[in-house]
Amino acid sequence: MLYAILCYDDEAAVESWSKEEEQAVLGKRQSVQQKLAAEGRLGPVARLMPTTAATTVRDGREPLVIDGPFAETKEQLLGFYIVDCPTLENAIETARQLKSGEAGGALEIRPLRLFRPASGPAP
Amino acid sequence: MTSLAWIGAALTAARPQAIGALLRYFRDLDRAEEAFQEACLRALKHWPQSGPPRDPAAWLIFVGRNAGLDAARRAQKQEPLPEDAEIPDAEDAEAELAERLDNAHYRDDLLRLLFICCHPELPATQQIALALRIVSGLSVEEIARAFLVSDSAMEQRITRAKSRIAKAEIPFAAPGAVERAERLGAVAAMIYLVFNEGYSASGGTAHLRLTLCDEAIRLARLLLRLFPGEPEIMGLVALLLLQHARAPARLDAEGAIVLLEDQDRGLWNADLIAEGHALIEKALRHRRPGPYQLQAAIAATHARAARPEDTDWAEIDQLYAVLERLQPSPVVTLNRAVAVAKRHGPEAALAMIEPLAGPLAGYFHFFGLKGALLMQLGRAEEARTAFGRAIALAHTPAEAAHIRLHLDRLQAESQRA
Repeated sequence: MLYAILCYDDEAAVESWSKEEEQAVLGKRQSVQQKLAAEGRLGPVARLMPTTAATTVRDGREPLVIDGPFAETKEQLLGFYIVDCPTLENAIETARQLKSGEAGGALEIRPLRLFRPASGPAP
Repeated sequence: MTSLAWIGAALTAARPQAIGALLRYFRDLDRAEEAFQEACLRALKHWPQSGPPRDPAAWLIFVGRNAGLDAARRAQKQEPLPEDAEIPDAEDAEAELAERLDNAHYRDDLLRLLFICCHPELPATQQIALALRIVSGLSVEEIARAFLVSDSAMEQRITRAKSRIAKAEIPFAAPGAVERAERLGAVAAMIYLVFNEGYSASGGTAHLRLTLCDEAIRLARLLLRLFPGEPEIMGLVALLLLQHARAPARLDAEGAIVLLEDQDRGLWNADLIAEGHALIEKALRHRRPGPYQLQAAIAATHARAARPEDTDWAEIDQLYAVLERLQPSPVVTLNRAVAVAKRHGPEAALAMIEPLAGPLAGYFHFFGLKGALLMQLGRAEEARTAFGRAIALAHTPAEAAHIRLHLDRLQAESQRA
């Protein structure tokens, strides 16, 4: 079974970490990742930019484009795509295409800060 | 990370919103600060055992408010109340509060707190000191060291600022749309001042200067999180990130200034640059350009050039032209002249800055640029005079040393000739 492991934390608190604290957290995670990669079990790894860099495409009579992250709590995270787009405009257009004809829900567009492709064999 | 380090980061992160809300309850800055201090002490006692609350800011506001009310009651009745009586179970407190602390409240609380710090009666230095002390929670000693003044002088500066504010009318009613926009503008300007204080190396140790830049970025991001649709706030965050990204390359090992075109671009922080680009792109979609967006776009154009000779000077010239129209200022024209010199040569740039001699008669960078342009044109004697003026106006040894390099070069050339 493939599992996605999603990381949550208070981003204001993470932004308040000192460089040493951040290094300590990343270093510890790095060692777990290296082990997983060596076993061929690690898929793509991504770190997202802060929510302030996010844009959300919502459903309306026409799809609405809203600055900021998807903030509702009554919907749940169901999946994600990683798409290479030359501009934000293009990313929004891509999200609109994915969303077209669907009622409800939203697609949040968040630029990646870091991306490492899968290092294990694809199943 | 140890749990104490985690708690420290959580308290720092929650501070602006918690103090903002406590100020709304108590309508008094000192009482709000004391209540927050008390809440922090209790957090340090409770959190290691019971684990972190889901919403640290809400916990601190609730506990701080009760502590503040207790203190007031105690002062009235002159008899002690039992410690912690008001919070038998912090988790309950949180659940009750999470409902009421909606985003809109937070937003106006924080904006009010920041706005108080940029009260028009306060000079810029007091605004910065007050924001760093109250909103960011830096100690008086830290702020004093950053400004190169004694602890007692800084203590006085902050006390004076506080008493001025106490006398002024603090606006507690929820602001209307126009008022909110005005406050947002004033707060953005104050945050930019904090950043510039850290960025312009006018004194203090390098480490503390960078702390000021980090603080400004943290506050700007906080502001943007509360006002996610404001293009100028996106522009402000982008501008700070893009400028801060160059910090590791701005000074050499001896602390001398390294000009943009001589900087090792490999030292620039690629993460910050990428985030700055993402934000400026988001802002420009709104087609409501403003000074922060334009300055960020200029910084982004510099950041995009892998080598100095790849810089798109035409783009930079055009962006400055729009900025000049939006916010006319001799300093903007002076900056534009650098791009004009690259595009059309030193003669054109010199003609452009000639009319600025009056308004910028006391400005270091005016004479620095004028000297450099004259030097390029081979007018050594006039260049020497301009550089001499620049040195007299320099704020830091690094600025003066930089100009002296030019003078040495002129000297060497004249001896060779």
